[in-house]
Amino acid sequence: MAHVVEGAAVKAAAPTLPQVRSWQRRDRLIGLLFLVPAVVYIVVFYVYPILYNILMSFERYTAKSFVTGEAPFIGLGNFRRLVSNPDFTTAVWNTVLFTLGSLFFQFTIGLAIAVFFQRKFPLSGFLRALMLMPWLAPVLVSGAVWVRLFDMDYGTINFVIRSLDVTSQHIAWLTDPHLALISVLIANIWIGIPFNMVILYGGLQDIPGTLYDAAAIDGAGPWEQFSYISWPLLRPVATVVLLLGLVYTVKVFDVIMSITRGGPANVSQTLNTWAYSLSFSILDFGLGAAAGDILMVVVFVFGLLYLRYAYREIREVGQ
Amino acid sequence: MTATVATQARGQARKRAKSWLWTLLALVIIGLMLFPFYEIVNISFMHETDILQYPPPFFPPHPTLDGYRQALSTAVGYIQSSLIYALGTVVITLLVATPAAYALARVRAARIGSLLLFVLILAQMAPGIVVAISLYAMFSHLHLLNSYLAVILADSTIAVPFAIIVMRAFMIGIPQELADAAVVDGAGHWRIFWSIILPLSRTALITASLFSFLFGWGDFLFALILNSNPHHTPITVGIYRFIGGFSVEWPSVMATAVIAAIPATILLTVAQRYIAAGITVGALKE
Repeated sequence: MAHVVEGAAVKAAAPTLPQVRSWQRRDRLIGLLFLVPAVVYIVVFYVYPILYNILMSFERYTAKSFVTGEAPFIGLGNFRRLVSNPDFTTAVWNTVLFTLGSLFFQFTIGLAIAVFFQRKFPLSGFLRALMLMPWLAPVLVSGAVWVRLFDMDYGTINFVIRSLDVTSQHIAWLTDPHLALISVLIANIWIGIPFNMVILYGGLQDIPGTLYDAAAIDGAGPWEQFSYISWPLLRPVATVVLLLGLVYTVKVFDVIMSITRGGPANVSQTLNTWAYSLSFSILDFGLGAAAGDILMVVVFVFGLLYLRYAYREIREVGQ
Repeated sequence: MTATVATQARGQARKRAKSWLWTLLALVIIGLMLFPFYEIVNISFMHETDILQYPPPFFPPHPTLDGYRQALSTAVGYIQSSLIYALGTVVITLLVATPAAYALARVRAARIGSLLLFVLILAQMAPGIVVAISLYAMFSHLHLLNSYLAVILADSTIAVPFAIIVMRAFMIGIPQELADAAVVDGAGHWRIFWSIILPLSRTALITASLFSFLFGWGDFLFALILNSNPHHTPITVGIYRFIGGFSVEWPSVMATAVIAAIPATILLTVAQRYIAAGITVGALKE
């Protein structure tokens, strides 16, 4: 690292006195000291936990290990046990369904609302801000009310469904094994709409209004304007939103924990909540860490894609 | 002449009426989106027995503050813990993130800067559960489990990257001439940071603080895993325990939920511009 700093200093201050050069170098080093707290923090609270998790996933790490400090290395043992666990397929499949379902509906609904707010009308700014509430309130608050809304006998959702004569039955949203995941998915879509809306709205605002004016003169209607102007120009922002959304949705914990707790009988468990229950209900920390490893691979692969994409696209948009 | 003015006025009036129609439509959308929050408030004013009515009442049939009375008697401790976690998260986050944002924005050492940013953005994507399990082991060795500090340090992992990114993006925009003038006067990095950049970055500092507060206030995962001391239970975990029982006392749970949603509501009405700016910068700016 040191030679990088030195090289940069030399280049920036080429033809000056040696004293100036050394002063500049010192100044730069002092400036870099400002990074020390963050670097220490990153190493202790991100890098170390990530590496420690990977280590744990190769050990037989149980509740006893915390006391004795003993956790024998068992190679891929945890992964073998994880994959052969009957709940594994459910958790993986649920994670995929939950993530793709959330992304699709959050994005399309968020986009529709963003397009709607493109128009200026009285109170539009204020009303748009109100839309953020589901995203800002603690997830546990939302989770609690969704439990009530999904209530089989007294919940509003069943009331609406029965009033519309869709079915006269009381749907057991949270206890029917076929519906539990769909229920948390619905709640999660609701929570994620504002985030998609805000960012897509920002992207729409950056599109020059003259393009729409020109298109209108050429006789383009709202749909043509959307599909030939808004959508193509929004694509970079849309990609960023979807990649970031994917990374965050794979990790969703609070929503599922507050509404179904992964139940009934693990049917609405995703890899994330399952890792929690393996570690803290069954107290098999090695197994939980192995599930965590799989999650990390997914998150980091798409995280890297996001970084590549966000950096490049933003730079191009900025020019 | 007068005729055209009249037509114009009529056209304008029609346009205005039409734009209020959009407001109406927006209100419908928002009514649907925010209905769950209406339901929270609605139930919080009900009696226990109103909960077992079908169809579910749209207004509290006999409004009462019982739910709030009960919530306050149990939730005071939760609120206090949540406040400590939230404020602690703000302090740790600002201490770590502000100097880093300054260095990343104002010190020319580009390669270290972008490497750090890269690690930071990627690291904060690590699933909370992974971080929490490892921190559980670490804090257990350090005998820090069940302390406020353990949860605060963990909560900051959500806030630090965001705060660095937001503040750095802001500090880059401060004109270099201001700092140059100070350098001529012999000021070093510390003085430039403290007396020039910090005061000018007020907006970014407020945005970062507000979000850190919300992250700390809303955290559930870290408090659930790193704390088992009932006196340190935050309001989120409190709600989680309330709704886990066999018979849920909905009015008091919802009253607790109303209290838990207060910070977000205040920020939404008072600090709107910071919030919209924060979300966009956090997601899109490198």
